[in-house]
Amino acid sequence: MFFDSKIEQMGREEMRALQLERLKKIVKYAYERVPFYKKKFDEIGLKPEDIQTLEDISKIPYTTKTDLRDNYPYGLLAVPMDDIVRVHASSGTSGKPTVVAYTKNDLDMWSDCVARLIVAAGGKKSDVVQISFGYGLFTGALGLHQGWEKVGASVIPASSGNTERQVMLMKDLGATALVATPSYGLYISEVMEKMGIKKEDLKLRIGLFGSEASSPEMHKELQDKLGVFPTDNYGLSEIIGPGVSGECEYKCGMHINEDHFYPEIIDRETLMPVADGEWGELVITTLTKEGLPMLRYRTKDITRLITDKCKCGRTTTRMDRIQGRSDDMLIIRGVNVFPSQIEGVLMSIPEIGGNYEIVVERIGHLDKLTINVEVKEVTLLDNYSKLEDLIRKVRQKLKVVLQIDAVVKLVEPQSLKRFEGKAKRVTDLRKI
Amino acid sequence: MLVNQIAVFLENRKGRVGDFAKVLADNKIDLVSMSIADTKEFGILRAITRDNSKAVKVLREAGFTVTSSDLIGIEVEDRAGGLSEVLELLYIGGVEIEYLYSYARTEAKKAIIMLKVSDIQKAMAVIEKNKIKVLENSII
Repeated sequence: MFFDSKIEQMGREEMRALQLERLKKIVKYAYERVPFYKKKFDEIGLKPEDIQTLEDISKIPYTTKTDLRDNYPYGLLAVPMDDIVRVHASSGTSGKPTVVAYTKNDLDMWSDCVARLIVAAGGKKSDVVQISFGYGLFTGALGLHQGWEKVGASVIPASSGNTERQVMLMKDLGATALVATPSYGLYISEVMEKMGIKKEDLKLRIGLFGSEASSPEMHKELQDKLGVFPTDNYGLSEIIGPGVSGECEYKCGMHINEDHFYPEIIDRETLMPVADGEWGELVITTLTKEGLPMLRYRTKDITRLITDKCKCGRTTTRMDRIQGRSDDMLIIRGVNVFPSQIEGVLMSIPEIGGNYEIVVERIGHLDKLTINVEVKEVTLLDNYSKLEDLIRKVRQKLKVVLQIDAVVKLVEPQSLKRFEGKAKRVTDLRKI
Repeated sequence: MLVNQIAVFLENRKGRVGDFAKVLADNKIDLVSMSIADTKEFGILRAITRDNSKAVKVLREAGFTVTSSDLIGIEVEDRAGGLSEVLELLYIGGVEIEYLYSYARTEAKKAIIMLKVSDIQKAMAVIEKNKIKVLENSII
């Protein structure tokens, strides 16, 4: 099944011609409308007309998350705010979030893209889909929500949390499809077990798992425990949100919506394009986005492109499962967390020392973030409640910035490793 | 009189109390009293030694987080109600007690109580006014 067979089965030459036409257009559009791009082009003497082939894209400078931060909140928009109909945000490297904005056309394009990957994953109009992503500024929930509506399915916007209620809803409302992070999907299965609910009691048949990396082993477990056919999908808010790519029933890479998102893979050291099929950092250019066009955005995600023919009949380029990141961003319970955000919070609290340690574990199927900090202010040793107040204060401040709960542990100074040169503050014990 | 006490931050992990005692032993510092409460993650060890300023110094050098503060040491009659009477007076005098512990001494006729109070000046005024017996310096 295809949502848009014309595009999804388009011949390669035709697709490349479409991409080139759109690339030329978006480059000119971004140059003329966004001073940031104009400045970057002018600095190296590049003109929009210099882009004559798809290969010419390598002449364009990269765009990074830092650029979004430096132009916070609306500096990179190509349209007046009046034309913006939706704003989303994700965690940034500093205290400020990364803000993204969509025009009416962008929302249509976005839901088309998500609809395509839903259909590729086996989603149908007759499905009842439970969306167990947190609704809000995060693009995941609303992105999938709109896509499923476009497919014509019945959408249950359950949001995340209150897992027993989630299970009850799934059972009572007859959900046939589940949208969640893979770890939350597994957690739901644990709660089902505790509640004495078997997968046979549910009608679930497919699961779309995204927003964090997953492994074939996790998929096998999701399949065994929830009785779903699980697929992976990929996206990031800076580009659009979910909907960049997704797996089909053959699960041999995620089909990229290449008519909207032009993928490149670059070497993370040299930043030069790698040979076909090699692993490296994924760089994406949005070919049609009006509100926030992104030229050569460095995703920091490590993958490779697969161009051989897929059995499903789609001709689009695929990307492999994400192997990691080329920066220090952590994805915890589907939320982007930068160690620098944590450091910023800790540095703002004088009672604790500058030495800290971030530990990420997976307990059962849920990520647990623990932050070990030293007590610096010795007068707090007068009584326990002062120390407990300190823990509470650190925790609250972290929650405000990170949007997720962390365990804060006070430790003795010498128990944290002292670092020489580049500090290794993060210990990620998760095995994905 | 005021009794100086040291407070040491300890993580709840194996061998830490022993490490603390060893630092004092290696520096020939005699422990007079010690108390520790158990919590899940960490504890505050409170101790009185024969030489607190030296203890603070050597413990800091050994990497411990240490501070010292003053307690009030009082003697109360070693009978039922002995402590209650004193606490009542402090309560009336508006003194809050953050914590207290008893300090055991062999062959003593009186019980010795160490008090950490919210306001030392205020507490001392109550103590003087009511002629509560405070600890003699020589006892420790």
